[in-house]
Amino acid sequence: MTNGWVDIKNADVVLAMGANPAENHPCGFKWAIEAKKVRNAKLVVVDPRFTRTAAVADVYAPIRPGTDIAFLNGIMRHALATGRFHEDYIKIHTNAPYVISEKFSFEDGLFSGFDAAKGEYDKSTWAYEADPKTNAYLVDMELNHPRCVFQLLKKHLDRYTPEMVERICGTPQKDFLKVADIVTSTGNAARVGTIMYALGWTQHSIGVQIIRAAATMQLLLGNVGRPGGGVNALRGHSNIQGATDMAGTFEILPGYLKTPVSNQATLAEYLDKAAPTTLNKQAWSSMNYWSNYPKFMVSLLKAAYGKAATKENDWGYSWLPKTDGNYSWMYLFDDMYRGSNPNRAGGQEPGPEGFITFGMNPVGIGPNTSKMINALSKLKWLVVGENYEIETATFWKAPKEYGGPEASKIQTEVFQLPCSGFAEKDGTFTNSARWLQWKWKAIDPPGNSKTDQEILARIFLAVRELYRKEGGALPEQVLNVAWDYTNPAAPDLEEVLKEINGKAVTDIKDPKDPSKNIRTAGQQLENFGQLQDDGSTSCGNWLHLGVYTDAGNLAKRRSNEDPTGLGMFPKWGFSWPANRRVMYNRASADINGKAWDPTRPGIVWNGAKWVGDVPDIKPDSPPGQFGAFIMNAEGVGRLFAPSLNDGPMSEHYEAIEAAIDNPLHPKVTSNPAAKRFKSDKDVYGKKEDFPVVCTTYRLTEHYHYWTHHTNVLNQLQPGFFIEIPEQLAKEKGIANGQRARITSARGSIEGTAMVTKRLRQLTVDGKTVWHIGFPLHWGYSGDPQHVGPLANFLTPSAMDPNTWTPEYKTFLVKLEKA
Amino acid sequence: MAASMQIRRSSASLRGEDSLIRKLPVVSKYIDTTTCIGCKACEVACQEWNDLKVVKTEQTGTYQTMPTLHAEYWNLIKFSEHDLGDSLAWLMRKDQCMHCADPGCLKACPAPGAIVQYANGIVDVNPDKCIGCGMCQTGCPFDVPRFHEKTAKMSKCSLCVDRVEVGLEPACVKSCPTGCLHFGTKEAMLELADTRLLQLRANGFTNAAVYDPKGVGGTTVVTVLAHGDHPEWYGLPKDPHIPLGVRFAKSILKPLGLIAIFGAVAGMFGHYLRSGPKEPHEPPPGGADQSGTTKETRP
Repeated sequence: MTNGWVDIKNADVVLAMGANPAENHPCGFKWAIEAKKVRNAKLVVVDPRFTRTAAVADVYAPIRPGTDIAFLNGIMRHALATGRFHEDYIKIHTNAPYVISEKFSFEDGLFSGFDAAKGEYDKSTWAYEADPKTNAYLVDMELNHPRCVFQLLKKHLDRYTPEMVERICGTPQKDFLKVADIVTSTGNAARVGTIMYALGWTQHSIGVQIIRAAATMQLLLGNVGRPGGGVNALRGHSNIQGATDMAGTFEILPGYLKTPVSNQATLAEYLDKAAPTTLNKQAWSSMNYWSNYPKFMVSLLKAAYGKAATKENDWGYSWLPKTDGNYSWMYLFDDMYRGSNPNRAGGQEPGPEGFITFGMNPVGIGPNTSKMINALSKLKWLVVGENYEIETATFWKAPKEYGGPEASKIQTEVFQLPCSGFAEKDGTFTNSARWLQWKWKAIDPPGNSKTDQEILARIFLAVRELYRKEGGALPEQVLNVAWDYTNPAAPDLEEVLKEINGKAVTDIKDPKDPSKNIRTAGQQLENFGQLQDDGSTSCGNWLHLGVYTDAGNLAKRRSNEDPTGLGMFPKWGFSWPANRRVMYNRASADINGKAWDPTRPGIVWNGAKWVGDVPDIKPDSPPGQFGAFIMNAEGVGRLFAPSLNDGPMSEHYEAIEAAIDNPLHPKVTSNPAAKRFKSDKDVYGKKEDFPVVCTTYRLTEHYHYWTHHTNVLNQLQPGFFIEIPEQLAKEKGIANGQRARITSARGSIEGTAMVTKRLRQLTVDGKTVWHIGFPLHWGYSGDPQHVGPLANFLTPSAMDPNTWTPEYKTFLVKLEKA
Repeated sequence: MAASMQIRRSSASLRGEDSLIRKLPVVSKYIDTTTCIGCKACEVACQEWNDLKVVKTEQTGTYQTMPTLHAEYWNLIKFSEHDLGDSLAWLMRKDQCMHCADPGCLKACPAPGAIVQYANGIVDVNPDKCIGCGMCQTGCPFDVPRFHEKTAKMSKCSLCVDRVEVGLEPACVKSCPTGCLHFGTKEAMLELADTRLLQLRANGFTNAAVYDPKGVGGTTVVTVLAHGDHPEWYGLPKDPHIPLGVRFAKSILKPLGLIAIFGAVAGMFGHYLRSGPKEPHEPPPGGADQSGTTKETRP
């Protein structure tokens, strides 16, 4: 979230799209209700299904799954056509005035620089143009230059008329216009609107571009950085934000630093590629906060390798693993399934032989279940750390229909390690609002189960011992790891949090007065301004710096003090970065540092410094000195983003399994840069064979694949079902409560039909397109009374090219009476 | 015992309608169906607080946990879909005992003290006195009381009387994430409802209304409905009354019965006055001994 849960109460308009917060985030959703009750805010829901969120919405508009970009682009076009956008805001806080290279083009569904053979874009033609005289960014503050971002965006959006939105999304024009009017009512200083989105946006082959469209829309309306505004990702697990912050995926290190790649042999080469540089700009220059990258990285290496990291050995940089290809888990499973690594340089080595999985159930969550099960059956060994016997641990006895080998033919040795559950250990949860909140252990883990950190620590110590005794290919990598915990076999998580926060390794001199120290050796650091790139500081994650200072563990704070009255609660937990509650909050003020809306100020300039929330700008830099978006090299928000892998502006593409040819450019129907695999299991269906659009989702009553082991919750939602619109059910002769069967190109499952008015017939591109859906909470393990089909048996392994997130939310099926 | 827990009314009591001198404020649960998201947290909270057992359910094509209330399930969100022409309403209403001011269950109950109404308005079953006859079911216009197979007593929502007694809100209210449930005096809850109604009407729900039906003297549960003209869409009776049979039995037959009883007693007394005590007949020879023998040989 750019903002936070509580802040939603400050919104005039709440757009829930690609999310179903009433069902999946009921506690956070209270703030949307609060906005409705107290501010008379309008809750707008755009969803393929009339959900429990829609049930309490002011306006609901149906949409065909996966067509959100067309809808959002339509809203933006409406804003531009009616003048309902925040012009003063976009001039100072976005790249609307920036001129783009004349090499940039967009024709017939393709941006310039597309390499059809590789299926990838060369992004160099999407660059900003530099002023030839000054080498600064070329800008036109009047927004008239034909190649300025504002004009390019306007031209790009011009095709998304209400008629085109209806043709693509199936949303009747009157419903679309109702939504567009309400959302664009916030395109000014007096009003502000927020967006709540979740996996309904991310899990598409165009997922990142949907979110880009939302961010562009919010910038155009002037809603980013302001209390009550923002683009708010509702995370799907209690600590998934914390997991991502701490390097949850292969391409990042803690604090979103980049994983080094194999051709970056030295730290200098790595830093040269990883840390962005900026052009000079006269009027409104950029802090380019990433210019501090070397401090974050060296401090991270000091935290990882302690005393062993020295200037002479590049702070141990050479010991860090380097990637030589895509190691996201979808690719790992492809390697595993094929028994080789075609997704990496060379590609001739064997695939992985072992796999360790904690707190994750790949057989459940991976698309194309049959491929997952077959991939695991090729391993020599599998370690599962879990508190239930999950589907992954029992993949070898999966029901026959999933197409795995017979148990007797599987050689994989499976170890299930009993782990403690969330209430059986302490530690922090980082919520969607970026708040690190300490939680206390409620009960001891039962039986022989252990905390995750104890299991991992003991594996680490045993491996280190083997390296110590037997040597190996690169023993330093393991032997030099700093492991200075009081109990090395079960590190105390407060100690770990202290390490993540970081400390001064040696005394740090005050640059203004070298006779003083700002920190003495061993002292906890207070803010990331104190980080150094000379090895005098260590820090496990620069973004979390401030959570554990001399004042103690701030994640434990529980003060209801609310000095702004806007629900920022600065003394509740710790909100990264720097305890800031609203990111980009400089954009909450105008060019002179005055709040756009004085009743909802983020930060304001008082003549000497910025006051209010923790400023997202140098606290004493006067208005006009720096741009509001300090993490972007150009210092402003991006209406045009030259950094993504599939285009600088969002364009509508159909899902990989497309229900229609793309009405905008039939020759380029789906995202040309989307990723898919080529094994015999990676089959994709055609609309002629699989005419019904299908989507998957979660229910309030269950939590992922976990709670079908819990009888109280099984009572609330006892089993798998398929939601089918009334008219379609009638056509197929399926009555409510009867059995129905759905089949995709990959698998076929059966369940109870839930015939409903909440899904409806949509007319798309002149044709009737039906969509159905089903929840994903069941599997074959656990109590036989509460087993059910794995939803992902049907979903395709097609992926977004930026995040490699699979397209769970839109695929094609056929529906029959069972 | 808190004054609020003194018994105001009791089933099959001869003490009359209202046995308290003090008039204490009636407590109330506020349910705003327009901000209820059907998350069922209240269902689980109710079950856990009251130590009710898990009920075996089945997916039959609905989001609703089970068809109706159950002896082990006192709180159930009822889901229903209604086509409004250009839009759709997916209604969710928390169903439980309404704690009527004039409780049909209490009226219908033949067991003295088995159903009581406390001074604070809560209607409760006293299992010690309940005979499990099920008559309360016939008196309830909301189909709430259920026969519990194991205890052979009637079972229903007590408005968490044990929590309320010590100043806590009922478990369902405590668990509600959106704040669509509140607990307080009925006066305060009606005020809350009025504020919300004004907002709903201004936002186009011109028929929004509070469900507090007069036919049962009003309910201790105050429900805000966006479609107040159609309570039946929410599974609520439009104009609930205590069934005629029960009302007839209790308001006409019972006084008549009392008259008959007192009449009979008065008649007997009159007869005594007129005729004097009945003289014993001459005992048959040896009769006393015979009867004594018979009694003693009884098994």
